[in-house]
Order: sequence, then C-alpha cells, then structure tokens
Amino acid sequence: MKYKVIFTTFILFIAFIAGNSFIVDNPYFAISNRDVELKIPRGFPKPYYNFEKNKLNAEVFVLGRKLFYDNILSKDNTVNCGSCHQRIAAFAHIDHRLSHGIYAKIGTRNVPPLQNLIWKDTYMWDGGVNNLEVQPINPITSPIEMDETLANVLIKLRRDSVYVHLFNKAYKDSLINSERLLKALAQFTGLMISANSRYDQYKKGKDTFSHDEKRGLSLFMQKCSACHTEPLFTDNSYRNNGIQADTTLHDRGREGITGIAGDRNRFKVPGLRNIAMTYPHMHDGRFRNLREVLNHYSDFRSSDASVDPAIQRIGPLSENEKNALIAFLNTLTDKTFLYDRRFADPSGNY
Amino acid sequence: MFCFAVGGMAVSFSGGPNVADCRLRLSFQHFVGKEILQLDSVVYKNDLGQTFTVSKFKYYISNFHFKNQNGRDFYLPASFLINEEMKESRELLLNSIPEGAYTSIDFIVGVDSTHNCSGAQSGALDPVNAMFWAWNTGYIFLKLEGRSLFSKSPGNFFEYHIGGYRSPANNIRKISLDLGSQKLFVGSQQQAALEIKVDLLEMLKTPTSIDFEKIPVVNVAANSGLIADNYCDMFKVAVK
Repeated sequence: MKYKVIFTTFILFIAFIAGNSFIVDNPYFAISNRDVELKIPRGFPKPYYNFEKNKLNAEVFVLGRKLFYDNILSKDNTVNCGSCHQRIAAFAHIDHRLSHGIYAKIGTRNVPPLQNLIWKDTYMWDGGVNNLEVQPINPITSPIEMDETLANVLIKLRRDSVYVHLFNKAYKDSLINSERLLKALAQFTGLMISANSRYDQYKKGKDTFSHDEKRGLSLFMQKCSACHTEPLFTDNSYRNNGIQADTTLHDRGREGITGIAGDRNRFKVPGLRNIAMTYPHMHDGRFRNLREVLNHYSDFRSSDASVDPAIQRIGPLSENEKNALIAFLNTLTDKTFLYDRRFADPSGNY
Repeated sequence: MFCFAVGGMAVSFSGGPNVADCRLRLSFQHFVGKEILQLDSVVYKNDLGQTFTVSKFKYYISNFHFKNQNGRDFYLPASFLINEEMKESRELLLNSIPEGAYTSIDFIVGVDSTHNCSGAQSGALDPVNAMFWAWNTGYIFLKLEGRSLFSKSPGNFFEYHIGGYRSPANNIRKISLDLGSQKLFVGSQQQAALEIKVDLLEMLKTPTSIDFEKIPVVNVAANSGLIADNYCDMFKVAVK
C-alpha cells in the first residue's frame, strides 16, 4: 500500500514535470521560472529596459531562445541570430572583421557582443535603435543580413506546428504577431547579463589580481575609464576615437542618425566586458587584437578637433604598460556568462 | 462647417438605451485639389505645373482631443492608420466619446514620442504595417508615393516618407480644426458623423512648393520637416 502511494506520487510528479516543461530529454536545456528571474548585479545602475511590459516567464524565454537560433527568420532559411552572435564570443562574431549575412553578403560593421543590453539606452554602433524590443527588426529586414519581412516571418511561424505550440504555451492563446515575437526575443537577449568576471570577483574581495593586473587596473582608471566607465565599461556616449574613416564603407556613424555634421565618425563607446573574446575590435573590426587597439591610442597624435579630447589625453604607453592593460582587460572575461547553459543553442530541445 | 446625423442604425447594436458611450463616425476623404483621389489612374498637376500620379497615400492620426464648450474635453490617446488603399481604414468609429457639443478637434499627424520609444506594439502601431523605420527607430508618419516624369529617380518615382519624433527633427505636427458655430453634436440617440477633407495637393505647396525634379525622395527624419510643414493645412472639415 505504502509503495503504491509513493509510486502514484512519483507518476504524478513526472506528469507534472512533463506538463510544465518543454524539455523532453535533456535537462541541460530545461528552463524554469527561476532561470528567468532578473537579478540586477550589485553596483549596476537601474536598467533602461525593465521587462515591465514584457513579464519574464520561462515559456516566453524558451520561445525567444528558439527564435534566436532559428533560420526561419531569414528569407532563404540559412541565417539565424546565432550565426553572427556566437555564445563563445559573448555573442559577438569571433574573428570576423565584418560579418557575412544572407547570400554571402558582407556587412559594414563589426558585430557587437550581446551582453548587459538592458543597460543600454540605444542599440547599434550609431545608437539608431531606441528600444531593445525593436532591435531585431534590423537584422531580419536588412537585405544583407536576413533579407526577410516581418510579415513573412509571421506567415512562416503560423504554419509551423512547433511555433503554434510554443506561442500557445508562452502566451496562453494562439495569436502569433510581431509584438509577441519581438518581446520573446527581448526576454532571451535581455537576460544576457555578464557580471561575474575575475574583475567582479576581485572587486568583491573574492579573488586576487597579479601585479600586472593591478597595475593595468590603475592605468585603466587613469587613461580609459573616462569613456569606458565602470561597471559596464561604457558611458553610453558617442565619440570619435581618432581612427580614420574607411572610405570603402561610407559609414558616417552617429551623423547618419542625427543628421548633425558634428556627429560624423562618432560611434557608441562599447562596453569592454569579455573584450578578450570579442576580437577583432572597433566598429569596422580593423584591429585584430587588444595590442593593436592600445597601439592606436598610444600613437595617436592629431590636431583634428573632431577627435574626442579624451583620446588626445591618453598619451604614449610603454610596452610594459600595454602588457599590464591587456592583463587587466583579460580579467573582464566572464566564464559564468560564456558557459551559461540558458543561452545555449537547444537545437531541437525546446 | 457642418455635421450631420445618420439615424438609428448604430444605436440598435448597442444593446441598451442608456449607453453613455456614443458613436462618432469620423471619415477622411482624400482629394487632389477638387477631385477625389484616384490611385495610379489619374494624372494630377502640382503647384509648379508638374504632372504626377499617386500610387500610395497613408498616414497616422493620433491623440484626438475633442474640445467641448463646457470644458468637458475628450482626449483619445490612440493612433489610427489611414490608408487610401483600404477603404475601411478611412472611417474611424469612435465609441467612447461622451455626449456633448464639441467646438474643435485637435490631433497630431504621426505618432507621439512616447509611442515612438515603446518597443514592440500591435494594432495600428504594428511594424508589419510598413510604417516603421527600423535602423533609426521611429514611425513613418506619412507616406506619399507616385510617379512624375519630372522625377529623375529610377522609374520616375517620387517617394515622400515623413517621420521624426525628436529634436532636431521633430516632425510631429498638431492639427486644430475649428468646428465653428455649427458644433459637432454627439448624442446617445443617433450616430454623429464628421467628414474631414484631406487635400494632398496642400502637401506639395505652402510654404514650400515641392519640385519633383529637385526633391524626388524624402526618406529620413532630418529631411522631413519641409513636407511636414506643408501638410499642416491639408486637413479641413468638409463643408456641405
């Protein structure tokens, strides 16, 4: 009798699990509501995007994850978000100066990492996009990225029984529209938070820095933090950092958004978390590694008034100083984030 | 200025006599000068004598503000997409407007700044309506497209996509229509109706006459102001 009760309880438990989870066989990809709680890291400011009108929920997150890794978003079903936003590179495109999208077309800018997005006031190198939710419309509709229309993506999703199921699970009814599609993607990308690097541990007193790393941190504070401000390592401003415009790319930077001539060649200051993983660097990916970046700042001399004064102030760096800075920048690599199973491609295990 | 009433039919659907919510049928009729707009088939002339045809005319109207003499104004913070191609979109049925005599109507052409920054939205503001700039976030307030031999663009097309919600290119324009001595009476017994005449020729002149040769394309906020200023006087209350 006792065993019967235990057995029945066990069966009921299994039934409960099965009914509440999409994961059939691999617990690595299981997403619970605890996995999608928003935890603001200590010392981080108030986020710009707060999920207030997009309530975090495991089923919506799972839908967003499937969409993120699904070629269905592209016109010929060959490209997905993860094609250029690779988890191993903090969702940048590792070792790609510029990225190749649909029909092997090459873009004009280096793929930025996807991390700590909810603390950004704008998106894109030129800050043209004002809300996390509408950001994906760009790659989806860009003729050189996915070359698709939102309307056609929706037609494809409505025909797909898996998506019909996932939208139903996520939103408790059968409506499939662009708002839900975009909000699901925002849940998936908005929870990509990197705040557990060795630098963070050091700040909390839970890790120690080597001599070089300490020296690098102190140099960074003197020379870099005016723009790359802690804890996100960006002040979200647009600046001309003195790299000459690549005339083949016709990229006017922030001016393309504001129409203000003074914004020419200004680009958004990138956050530096996981910077060792997101090479090559700069908006056009011209620098292959951090040393090339530091060489640029160290060697920069110009009377060009459009270049940000903070760049002019850096001054020459010795090789030892560059080594120390690189040692420090390497401490910004966050393995917890890079190996976070929640953001892995579930490939079928939705 | 006028307002007329269509008897009976609307009330019968409402299910009870004590509906505080009354109906107003607000229609937008598109003209080119004195002629009713016909897409593609009819050749028109602009202020400068340049011939053209129209293939697309659609725009957002948002945030109605009906002013009442008694100070009981009615504010409707919503956006509507009016599209020449879709007849039903040119007629707005406003259910929640309270009873009263209204002396003027304000609205904006376009979408207010809040809704330009609110992320993914549905209904009229769903980006699938193709009235949205993705790369420089913001709604396209108005699209006028057509052909003119004076335009040297490929296919002789001209294309005016007007938008921009923030400085230095804030092209949200507020329209105020005075209903004059003949107020708009909205009551519970019958459906009130108001027709707004939209003359798209006004978009192409005053203060700036638009030359299809010189300006065949506007498709960024920074260049939109000229035409936005032009269309401020495009809306008139129909006089019968």
